[in-house]
Amino acid sequence: MSALLEINGLVTSFDTDSGWVRAVDGISYSIEAGKTVGLVGESGCGKTVSAMSIIDLLPKPSGHVLEGEILFKGEDLRKVKPRRLRKVRGGEIGVIFQEPMAALNPVHRIGKQIVEILKLHEKLSSRKALKKAVELLDAVGIPAPEERITSYPHELSGGMRQRVMIAIALACEPDLLIADEPTTALDVTVQAQILELIQAMQQRLGMAVLMITHDLGVIAQNCDEVVVMYAGRIVERAPVKDLFANPQHAYTKGLLNSIPRIDSVRKSHLNTIPGQVASIQDFVAGCRFCQRMDRDQSSLLRTRPEYLQISPGHWVEACPQCYQG
Amino acid sequence: MNDPDQTLLKVEDLRMHFPVRGGVMMKQIGAVKAVDGVSFNIGPGETLGLVGESGCGKSTLGKAVVRLLKPTGGKVSFKGNDITTASQWRLRRLRRDFQMVFQDPAESLDARMSVGDLVAEPLVIQRLGGRRSRQEKVAELLDRVGLPKNAAQKFSFEFSGGQRQRIGIARALALNPDLLILDEPVSALDVSVQSQVMNLLLDLQREFSMSYLFIAHDLAVVKHMSDRIAVMYLGKIVEMAPADEIHRNPRHAYTKALLSAIPVPDPTAKTERTVLEGDVPSPINPPEGCAFGHRVGHSRYQESVGKELPFEEISPRHWVQKCPCCVL
Repeated sequence: MSALLEINGLVTSFDTDSGWVRAVDGISYSIEAGKTVGLVGESGCGKTVSAMSIIDLLPKPSGHVLEGEILFKGEDLRKVKPRRLRKVRGGEIGVIFQEPMAALNPVHRIGKQIVEILKLHEKLSSRKALKKAVELLDAVGIPAPEERITSYPHELSGGMRQRVMIAIALACEPDLLIADEPTTALDVTVQAQILELIQAMQQRLGMAVLMITHDLGVIAQNCDEVVVMYAGRIVERAPVKDLFANPQHAYTKGLLNSIPRIDSVRKSHLNTIPGQVASIQDFVAGCRFCQRMDRDQSSLLRTRPEYLQISPGHWVEACPQCYQG
Repeated sequence: MNDPDQTLLKVEDLRMHFPVRGGVMMKQIGAVKAVDGVSFNIGPGETLGLVGESGCGKSTLGKAVVRLLKPTGGKVSFKGNDITTASQWRLRRLRRDFQMVFQDPAESLDARMSVGDLVAEPLVIQRLGGRRSRQEKVAELLDRVGLPKNAAQKFSFEFSGGQRQRIGIARALALNPDLLILDEPVSALDVSVQSQVMNLLLDLQREFSMSYLFIAHDLAVVKHMSDRIAVMYLGKIVEMAPADEIHRNPRHAYTKALLSAIPVPDPTAKTERTVLEGDVPSPINPPEGCAFGHRVGHSRYQESVGKELPFEEISPRHWVQKCPCCVL
């Protein structure tokens, strides 16, 4: 029970024209204080939805958390009053969104957007908040912060905008930072800057980070633990070194083998995962990776595979086809 | 490569400037130098990878090469034919031999045309074959890129991202080209699908002995696909060398920084990240002298101001833009 955040059996569904679809189908993981957990998976696997479920930032009115517990510092965020949740969101849990241009308000100066959160959560006076905003911009490496504070988002480059997002997310010194693909929209050299910045701020504030990404390189370099998601479920969860050295689930293995590496033989065939992720309406109850692999129907599980702990902290979804122990 | 007969595509001092207009009279007040003096060759069956950060001009370069944009200066010749000055009529004939695959198949494929019509369109434009033979060709192409038989009757939006990119590739192959310009063909795809499309491109290249100009920002992907790599920064190629050589022995400071910034998918790897300060400067008013030295605030940057920075071959097939600050 020492975990900062503990998610148990989370189910998030969307009410669509073609019925309810389960974007997140019963996932459990936890984050210790000060640690970084990476959430990795392909588009549509439910990684963003599962993270946004924590602070109830789902698209409304279609998105709903239907089942499970979200224990943050021992308190179930699904059961708290909206007032308390508003305090947690932005205060104790900060969020960096993927596309800063969409997350920042284009008609307000960036200073105002940082001051807003400081006044709301920290109850600072306008003057103090403005002073703190300048300090924050300075801390995230924006040159000439006193001048930049009056800029509009469109006047900044992509990397600078993402720094502003980080300044807003960290304004109230949160205990947990949710970083949703924080560098996907950025170039590699700027990505390196932003990842360094997040790490430096993490050390300074001692906060935990939930890093959502599809880039296994980012995971390897920045995370302590990895959660691999496929089609709404977790297929494998392990400490980062374990996962890369000793992947167990067929999907994790396929994913690790299919990325071109700098040291791989040029123009050689890459390993691939055949097929593609089934559409969300067609998800089966049994193993969903088997569904993609077009395996022999008679040997497939009819029910959801169990989880197996194979070494301390290393969990795998033990479908007999996808995991040979 | 040095044999002129062995060159399929030859690009010499290519420039693509876009006017910047302003004021009451909308006079030209400046120019965005998106591509500013670029030269390279591509040989038969060869892949040249082109990498650089967003806004460095790599996509513009691709479009200028196939004359989707009319270059402001320089010369592009394909099999000895000058593309830059060719008439529209002549250009259409020449385009049979070089085709383009775009980054976002959702945007580059007309949603109101069936996949069969999309793939047959190049044949229609070039007035090749009759109805029956076009249909046969389409079926053959769809099969070759790994799409189901009934795909021809469907619409592109009924397919996933990876399959749409296969449609884009089938369309580009319809005229049996010798050269494909691939503009970020796998960037929009998920890792597991990305490797499928990369394998397909490698197979097709061997089968039809095509040349590729492979444009991407992911260095690991580019290295895997390419024989040679050109690194672009702010409208210019700063370094060009065989793929292994550029990774083993990068000479320009920008190439080094780019290589060190890639996160390695191995948690035990020791990383010596050179974290670059600042962003790519605006191509509207590029700094005088070495643009990269200016970005990192190099102590010897001043020495490059006002000088012509030569693009030199420092060892066989390894070219670098020489400047006092970035190349020792």
